[in-house]
Amino acid sequence: MIEGFIALYIFMLAAFTGYEVIARVPVILHTPLMSGSNFIHGIVLIGTMVALGHAQTPLEQAIGFVAVVLGAGNAVGGYVVTERMLEMFKSSRKDG
Amino acid sequence: MGILLDVAYFTAAVLFILGLKQMASPVTARRGIVWAGAGMVLATAVTFFHPEVEGLTNYLLIFLAIGLGGGLAWWSGKKVAMTDMPQMIALYNGMGGGAAAGIGVIALMQAQDMSLLIQGIAAVGVLIGAVAFSGSLVAFAKLQGIMQKTMRFSGQQWFNLLIFAITLGLGLMLAFAGNEVSGAALLAFVLLALAFGVLMTLPIGGADMPVVISLYNALTGLAVGFKGLVLDNPALMIAGIVVGAAGTLLTQLMARAMNRSLASVLFSGFGDTGSAQSGEATGSMKPIDAADVGVMMAFADKVIVIPGYGMAVAQAQHKVWELCQLLIERGVKVRFAIHPVAGRMPGHMNVLLAEAGVPYDLIQDLDEINQEFETTDVALVIGANDVVNPVARTDPSSPIYGMPILNADKARNVIVVKRGQGAGFSGIENALFFLDQTRMLYGDGQSVAAELIQAVKSL
Repeated sequence: MIEGFIALYIFMLAAFTGYEVIARVPVILHTPLMSGSNFIHGIVLIGTMVALGHAQTPLEQAIGFVAVVLGAGNAVGGYVVTERMLEMFKSSRKDG
Repeated sequence: MGILLDVAYFTAAVLFILGLKQMASPVTARRGIVWAGAGMVLATAVTFFHPEVEGLTNYLLIFLAIGLGGGLAWWSGKKVAMTDMPQMIALYNGMGGGAAAGIGVIALMQAQDMSLLIQGIAAVGVLIGAVAFSGSLVAFAKLQGIMQKTMRFSGQQWFNLLIFAITLGLGLMLAFAGNEVSGAALLAFVLLALAFGVLMTLPIGGADMPVVISLYNALTGLAVGFKGLVLDNPALMIAGIVVGAAGTLLTQLMARAMNRSLASVLFSGFGDTGSAQSGEATGSMKPIDAADVGVMMAFADKVIVIPGYGMAVAQAQHKVWELCQLLIERGVKVRFAIHPVAGRMPGHMNVLLAEAGVPYDLIQDLDEINQEFETTDVALVIGANDVVNPVARTDPSSPIYGMPILNADKARNVIVVKRGQGAGFSGIENALFFLDQTRMLYGDGQSVAAELIQAVKSL
């Protein structure tokens, strides 16, 4: 079990990390970056897997099933659109 | 098995942060998403061995659900046009919020000797996740054009506040319910949270939608982080909170680029109040032929192209770039000027131009290029409107007053490519169109660009 204050430390450090990572980003990357961070919270998928994994009643299973579908959609969809956007960033120096 | 899970989750968290860091620079961005993707695959794979995942039925359900959700998302993500990216992000983000809410609902249903703090956080996570879910779906529907732009009634904010207060009260009840969580209260809580997400998003105008999507993105991150605490899973906590913080900052940056505060986006009407403004622009709009414009640009020293969403809708970016290449061959200095909110989202236009093959070093943002308009021969405004409207500098009564704009009006000649004589997205008349040095080139962006190419080629 992650104890109360340890959790608080994790939250605080993670919040600073997120802030710092984005702090000096050029405007041209705002949309891809939003998409990329949208993909990263797709990690919710593993949470839904655990929730469905220990579901006991059919109702819990039904909710868990929907949650995993949604979580997988977040992760996979987030990846595909971000990748498609970033694929396009090229410099004129490379392809003349 | 426990140590394997810990190592894998730790690695995934590191990969996420490094990936996000790399995505913040155009040179390394490609690698960034691949790294983050590797982290996701690793974390998902080891979760099949999580000690709490048990029962054959549950395993089958998990496989089926991942196949279904992942498959649909893969298919839709590959298929969607670049112009529709913002609403797809909203949709996938909403799914994440829904997933987080689902975890919380199950956790509350199974509540057994949960500490008050964790039970409260589970309830808060359900609330945030559900609001992000329904709010994102409304944002998707609006951008996709399924839903009418705005919906308002008198006393709406008080009504929303009331709903929120009731939802919060129910949430508190659930947090203090201990092992006796009532199913009916939980159901009401979820439904009210969903309703609040819808109500909160309905009155927000289309122009502000990107800021709202970014806000929901941050909220989903927060909800995921809270679920990590409930499930005792550090990977979820770290990834969720990192996104929550990054998303909050990104929301602020976007709001600032539009010269709006987050509060005014959420609680005031914009986008439909603007149309009440009377167009006081004087003078007339002067049309011009494509052939003349072709000559003007071919013999110019310096041309700045100002693309807007209209160009993207007409799918004209490929033709425009072809035109610019012709001009560059003739020795004309061509640059693209991008307003922070060109397109539907900050950076959206850059993506669309990148898709057409425009190198990103020809693309410049507002601060870089604004001084250069005075020495520019031709400013070609194609599909943009509000972002070049000089009233933002001059008329304090205008709803867009104070918004930073591209100073196209300072250029020696301004060519505006436009489908018709209507006003822009905000419904405000554009004073630029009436200036002496401005000429209007009417027509669909794509066909106009094709005509211009012909005109330049035939010289």
